[in-house]
Amino acid sequence: MADLSIEFAGIKAPNPFWLASAPPTDKAYNVVRAFEAGWGGVVWKTLGEDPAAVNVSSRYSAHYGANRVVQGINNIELITDRSLEINLREITQVKRDWPDRALIVSLMVPCEENAWKFILPLVEATGADGIELNFGCPHGMPERGMGAAVGQVPEYVEMVTRWCKAYCSLPVIVKLTPNITDIRQSARAAHRGGADAVSLINTINSITSVDLERMVAHPIVGDQSTHGGYCGSAVKPIALNMVAEIARDPATHGLPICGIGGIGSWRDAAEFIALGSGAVQVCTAAMLHGFRIVEDMKDGLARWMDQHGHRSLEAFRGQAVEHTTDWKYLDINYKSIAHIDPQTCIGCGRCHIACEDTSHQAIASTPAADGTHVYQVIEEECVGCNLCQITCPVQDCIEMVAQDTGKPYLNWTQDPRNPYREAS
Amino acid sequence: MTDPLNHLPRPQARADQLAERFSDLAPPLTARQAAVESARCLYCYDAPCINACPSEIDIPSFIHRISDENLQGAAQRILSANILGGSCARVCPTEILCQQACVRNNAQECAPVLIGQLQRYALDNAHFTEHPFRRSPATGKRIAVVGAGPAGLSCAHRLALHGHEVVVFEASDKPGGLNEYGIARYKLVDDYAQREVAFLLGIGGIEIRHGQRLGGNLSLASLREQYDAVFLGLGLNAVRALGLPDEHAPGLLPATHYIRELRQADDLSQLPLADRCLVIGAGNTAIDMAVQMSRLGARDVNLVYRRGHADMGATDHEQAIAKANQVRLHTWARPDTVLLNEAGQVRGMRFARTTLAEGRLSDTGETFELAADAIFKAIGQGFDDASLADPAAAQLAREGERIRVDAHMRTSLPGVYAGGDCTALGQDLTVQAVQHGKLAAEAIHAQLMTNVEAA
Repeated sequence: MADLSIEFAGIKAPNPFWLASAPPTDKAYNVVRAFEAGWGGVVWKTLGEDPAAVNVSSRYSAHYGANRVVQGINNIELITDRSLEINLREITQVKRDWPDRALIVSLMVPCEENAWKFILPLVEATGADGIELNFGCPHGMPERGMGAAVGQVPEYVEMVTRWCKAYCSLPVIVKLTPNITDIRQSARAAHRGGADAVSLINTINSITSVDLERMVAHPIVGDQSTHGGYCGSAVKPIALNMVAEIARDPATHGLPICGIGGIGSWRDAAEFIALGSGAVQVCTAAMLHGFRIVEDMKDGLARWMDQHGHRSLEAFRGQAVEHTTDWKYLDINYKSIAHIDPQTCIGCGRCHIACEDTSHQAIASTPAADGTHVYQVIEEECVGCNLCQITCPVQDCIEMVAQDTGKPYLNWTQDPRNPYREAS
Repeated sequence: MTDPLNHLPRPQARADQLAERFSDLAPPLTARQAAVESARCLYCYDAPCINACPSEIDIPSFIHRISDENLQGAAQRILSANILGGSCARVCPTEILCQQACVRNNAQECAPVLIGQLQRYALDNAHFTEHPFRRSPATGKRIAVVGAGPAGLSCAHRLALHGHEVVVFEASDKPGGLNEYGIARYKLVDDYAQREVAFLLGIGGIEIRHGQRLGGNLSLASLREQYDAVFLGLGLNAVRALGLPDEHAPGLLPATHYIRELRQADDLSQLPLADRCLVIGAGNTAIDMAVQMSRLGARDVNLVYRRGHADMGATDHEQAIAKANQVRLHTWARPDTVLLNEAGQVRGMRFARTTLAEGRLSDTGETFELAADAIFKAIGQGFDDASLADPAAAQLAREGERIRVDAHMRTSLPGVYAGGDCTALGQDLTVQAVQHGKLAAEAIHAQLMTNVEAA
């Protein structure tokens, strides 16, 4: 089987699956159970200054798909609500008992040099492998000048990162908030501050739903609510893009990235790694299914790597980055056309109505004698948009077939139709 | 109507035990089951299920509304196409209609969305504070509907919706037709048929007169004189004969007569029960009869059909119900002789084995006998010619024995429309009758309103 072990920003772990800083890593009991289940590492839930934070009830709400499948979870829980002393003692013990696993400590203290100067040596003394700076928490803590309030100001990110590098010899991972306009600015700031790695994304500002009888959003606290942080499979596309943006930014070239956001399967993890991540963090999937899922993720990833001849994660890490570019460099001459396999088509008509009403009127519907309809692509009209394939409920029934146009690669910067094209 | 069986014993089971055996064959979906099942619908466009529904219910739309937790909206969608959607949800052979056509019934999946069950769920759980349909302003037109079965009731409701006044003439004591008198008790339980009719009548403008029989105390000629239009939803009320000597011996009777009695019985333990019985036929009525006898406590129930399984009118689903109720299905045998005991009562039947020879059914020459205390014939219903005896009615063009109608349910007589089983159009199904009634009402409305505009 392929070797899943990693060395990420100097931190060794038997596999790339780490639990993110969140309720599952709040205390020794959970973390020990996670290590017993086979997780490669954990990022201990964020420590702060004493007195510890106080949490409210309730704390989570969800965005559901069909049949109560959870697409995403929103939470308004704060950083650890246990004392610094208890957390440090437990971290010390767990690291001693599980020396082969990565144990990173998440931190959030006020944006004052002394606060960081105070806490960093205490954390280093636990024997932990690294620290992660929580610059992403979007709810509650920013109102106190911490979390995303820091992460949204690149100058603060750089400044605090520099303090951490100055007062601590452990690798420093800067966790980035997605609640910004350009993730590269935050990553560049962390890089300038000396960060050993960035991890992303933290949760996204969200309200999942509203109780229309009580006229209050979820989660409900008394008769009020507040926005929380959104995570789970729904945020994966946003996270993947942000990871890719940093991975292909020359300004942060080579900066290790720990991918976070909606990872629930080996395939999700492989995708983050393909876009440049050296390790991944998981939370929501574990909160929905328990720690046991890591076994399935490790098994699936190793088998896929075996099938593709990848002996280590480094063998394919970042391979999709070079194929990710700006729109203007896409090949204008590339053409694909949908093809519907009549053998597997079940005749639901979803592709037809989607194309007919909202796209290019490129799927003909022909009534058959038995009252069903036959659907066929009108090739001259098809622009290869993929919408029909997306709406099709049958796997592999609609194939997007690349066409041999005989035309060479041509991007928008070269296209004669572009009035601002670059001189050749 | 079960007099020919009066010499037989009564069931041994207590009334409450029997009532339990005749409760819902297919229990209603729970809210959770409905949520899961409705989410399975792919919301097809030009959906094959709609095409397969004789009453053209917009199935993807009503299921989508269930999934959206909009049960009133779902129910209204169903009822606007089929005002008897509640009974159709229970009695329709969905396995050969909407659910057969469901795209999830494909070879890879073989699991159609449970459309009938969802339809029942929506109608059982939608709560309307008032009748969901509002009548148009009164037109001053009066229409006679003959027969308060599914066709007549559907026609009456749609006519009332358009602002017409409707008088329904019904021979029986209760409205509902086969829903009240002809469906297996476990398919349409409790007083659902009557509750559904009461709901339908909630629209107003419909009067039902009972004890009115066309060809008896009612003539088509007088109806044509007194009303602006007439709709005939007569059904099929004649029982076909086996054509054998001793066909009227004690112990032999039409299945429909027994089922009618069984549906009306308050205490099932008072019904005559044949410990060993024969059912002749292979349609859904034959299956209903056989299964109900089995559930009443008959030990030995045999269903005999002159052709093979593939030719049976009963669907595979119905045949499976029969087998699950210990009914033995005999094929390729036709009734030859009714066997009587010394008292002249049925003791069994001799059958002639049949085969297909050059495409024709013929006897093999071999015979066999089955012992039975009762024989139920379920070989189909025929048109009751007595109902069209008056001179005006006698002019109606026929197709075979049934009334000929065009696509707008018009008969050969101007102003006279017909629908349901008494016509030759479509299948003999409740849902088909509902559609006929609806189409006829639209045609009547269009005709009467055209006349108004022209005047």
